[in-house]
Amino acid sequence: MNWPEVVFQYDETFDGFLCCVYESYVHKEFPIAFCGDEECWSLYSVRYVPTDLAHARRVYRSIVRISQSAADLLRRAFLTCLEDKEIHLYAFIRKLYDDGPAFLRNRADETYYPIAKAVRHMNGELEKLRGFIRFSDYDGVLGSEIEPKNRVLPLLRRHFCDRYANESFFIYDRTHRELLVYSGGSSRLLPVDNLTLNPPDEQEVQYRTLWKRFFDTVAIAQRENPRCQNSFLPKRYRGTMTEFLPADYGVTPKADAALPGSAVPAGTPAPGTRPAPVPPAAVSGA
Amino acid sequence: MDTLEKLTILADAAKYDAACTSSGVRRGYQAGKIGNTSSSIAGCCHSFSADGRCITLLKVLMTNSCVYDCKYCVNRRSNDTRRAAFAPRELAELTMQFYRRNYIEGLFLSSGVLRSPDYTTEQMITCLRILREEYRFNGYIHAKAIPGAAPELVNALGLLADRLSINIELPSEQGLRTLAPDKSRSAIFRPMAQIRDTVRENKRELVKYRHAPAFSPAGQSTQLIVGATGDTDRHILHLTESLYQTYRLKRVFYSAYVPVVENTLLPSLDTKPPLLREHRLYQADWLLRFYGFQARELLDDTRPNFNPYLDPKCDWAVRHLEHFPVEIMTCDYEQLLRVPGIGQVSAQRILAARRVGTIRWEDLSRLGVVVKRAQYFITCAGHMRDGLRFSPATMVRQLETIERGLLPHAAMEQLSLFDATG
Repeated sequence: MNWPEVVFQYDETFDGFLCCVYESYVHKEFPIAFCGDEECWSLYSVRYVPTDLAHARRVYRSIVRISQSAADLLRRAFLTCLEDKEIHLYAFIRKLYDDGPAFLRNRADETYYPIAKAVRHMNGELEKLRGFIRFSDYDGVLGSEIEPKNRVLPLLRRHFCDRYANESFFIYDRTHRELLVYSGGSSRLLPVDNLTLNPPDEQEVQYRTLWKRFFDTVAIAQRENPRCQNSFLPKRYRGTMTEFLPADYGVTPKADAALPGSAVPAGTPAPGTRPAPVPPAAVSGA
Repeated sequence: MDTLEKLTILADAAKYDAACTSSGVRRGYQAGKIGNTSSSIAGCCHSFSADGRCITLLKVLMTNSCVYDCKYCVNRRSNDTRRAAFAPRELAELTMQFYRRNYIEGLFLSSGVLRSPDYTTEQMITCLRILREEYRFNGYIHAKAIPGAAPELVNALGLLADRLSINIELPSEQGLRTLAPDKSRSAIFRPMAQIRDTVRENKRELVKYRHAPAFSPAGQSTQLIVGATGDTDRHILHLTESLYQTYRLKRVFYSAYVPVVENTLLPSLDTKPPLLREHRLYQADWLLRFYGFQARELLDDTRPNFNPYLDPKCDWAVRHLEHFPVEIMTCDYEQLLRVPGIGQVSAQRILAARRVGTIRWEDLSRLGVVVKRAQYFITCAGHMRDGLRFSPATMVRQLETIERGLLPHAAMEQLSLFDATG
C-alpha cells in the first residue's frame, strides 16, 4: 500500500486523534508524525484535521465493533506518556482493521507490546498515586498537588470522588497543568496554568507534624532498608508527600512558584501567622 | 500528655506487628458515610517507611499498658517503658483527620491488655463504634482480637472491623509456655475458630439477606515471630499450611524477631533480625497460596530449613529436574506455575498467546517471563535456548548468582577456587 506520507495536525484530544484516523482513510494518507496546535514545521506536507465529533464517534464505534477491550485500551493508552503515542496507536488501530482482534491475545506482538507496556506503566503510577496523594486542609477545602508522568487525573477522578464524596477537594497536576475540582457532588477537569496555594494554618501544620512523627516512629531501626523503600516509593513522588517535606511546607513559596516582587520575605515565618498572599486557588478554580 | 506524645509511644509500641494490609474488601461509596475501601482487591499502600515496609493503616495500640509478661514483648509488664493510652474519641478524631488527608486507608487497632481481655476489648469497641456510628467512617478497619476475650465481645468487634486478627506469635506450644506464660494455646485458637465459623455463617446470611451486617468481611490473619525460639522453617511452614486449611486464614504474617528486651531465654540484644529467613518464609507462603505447592514438597525432615542461596521455588526445581524441561507451547497451567521465572501473570499471558501463534524465545521476556531463570527449565517450540550449555551444577551456580544480586544485604563472600562445583 503506497499512501503518501503526511504530518497530521490536530487538537491533541482523543476525539481529535480519532478524526486523524478518519481523515487518513478518507484521503488515503499515512501519518508519518502528529503535531499539536502549535506551529508545525516539517518537510512533509501538513494536513490540518479539525475535530468533528461525528467522525470521531464513527471511528470509535468501528473499533468497538471489532473489540470492546481494544477500545478501552485505546482510551487509556491515549493518557499515557508513551513517546509518539499517536503513531503507536495508529498502527494499533490499523492492525485491528486489517487482522482483527486476535493479536490482542499475544502480548509479545510488536504493535501491541509498546502500548500494553505504556498502559501498565500508567496503571502502576495510578496505583501508587491513589496512596501517595497528600491533601492539606485549606479552610475546609482539601487540596493536593502531584507531578505524574502520565495524565492520570481522569482516571483518579472516580476513586477520590467516591472517597471524599462529602468534602470539597482539588488535585492539581503540575506536569500537565490540569486541575480536578470536586464540590457538592460534581467534579470538573480544568486546564489551569499556574496554581499558588495558601499557606497552611496552624491546625494543618499540627496534623502534618503528627503524621510525620507517625511515619518516623513506625520504621524499625534494626531493619532499615533504603533500597527496598526506594523501589516501592521512588524518589520522584517524594516532592509532593508530606512525610518528606517540612511540616510547614507551603509557607514560603517554592522557587518556581514565587512571583517576582511578591511580598514574601526570605525567612520562614512561624506556621499559620501569615495572611494569605494570594486568594485561595481552590475557590478561584472551582 | 498531648496527642503527639501519645501517638509516638503507641505507634512505637505497635510497630513490631507486621500485618499492615488493607486488602480483601471492595466497598465503594455509601450514601451518608465517609470514605471507601481501596478500589483494588490488593489494598492500597500509602507510604513506605525507612525499613521498606508498607504503611497503609494508622497502626497504633489503644494502650501499651499490659498485665501480661511475655518475655519477647516491649510492652510486657516488667519492662520499664513509658505508658500511654488513647481516649477512644481522641483516636477516632485522629483517624478521621488522617484519612481525609489521604495519609491512611484506615485504622489498625491493637492493644496491650489493660485490666482484663474483656475490658480491653470493650475499650476498642467503644473507639470503633464512635468511628463507625458517629463519624460514619466507611474506610478500612483492622482490629486485633485479644486472646481470652468473651465470644460476645469478639462478635461485636467483628461487626465493626473489616479484618480481625489474633497473633499466635510463638510457633510452638513449648515456646509459648516458656516465653508467654500468661497466654495459652487454647486461648488463641478458640477465638480463631469462632471467627472462622462466624465468617462462614455470615457469608451464608449475606446471600439470603442482602443487608445483613457483615462480620469481618476481609477474614482473619495472624502473625508468627521468626527467630525468637528454636523452631525450624519446616515447623513454621507446616503450621502456616494448617492455619490456611483449618482456620481459613487470609494471611499469615511473619515477623523477624527484633531483640528489644534482654532475657536469658531470648537471643541476645545484638542479634540481627533474621530478615532473609523471613523473606524465604514469605516466598514459600506465596507458593502455598498461589502456586499449588504443599509444605512437604518444599521442606522435609532432611532439609528442615530454607536454602539461603536460592529461593524456595528454584530450590524445589533444581531438586526435581525430572519434571523439566517443560514445553511452553503444550504444558498445562499448573506445570507453568512451577517453572522458576514464571509467575501467575506471565503463565496466563503464555496461555493466551499460544492460542494465536507460536511463542518464540524472544517473545518470552515481553510476556513477563524472567528468561535468565526460566531458560534452564523450558523449551520453546521444541528448542532449548540457542547457545545455552549447562550441567546441573553450573545451573545451580548461575541461579545462585542471579539470586545474590536480589538479596537486600548481599553478604560479601570470598570467592574460592575449591568450592564444590560438582
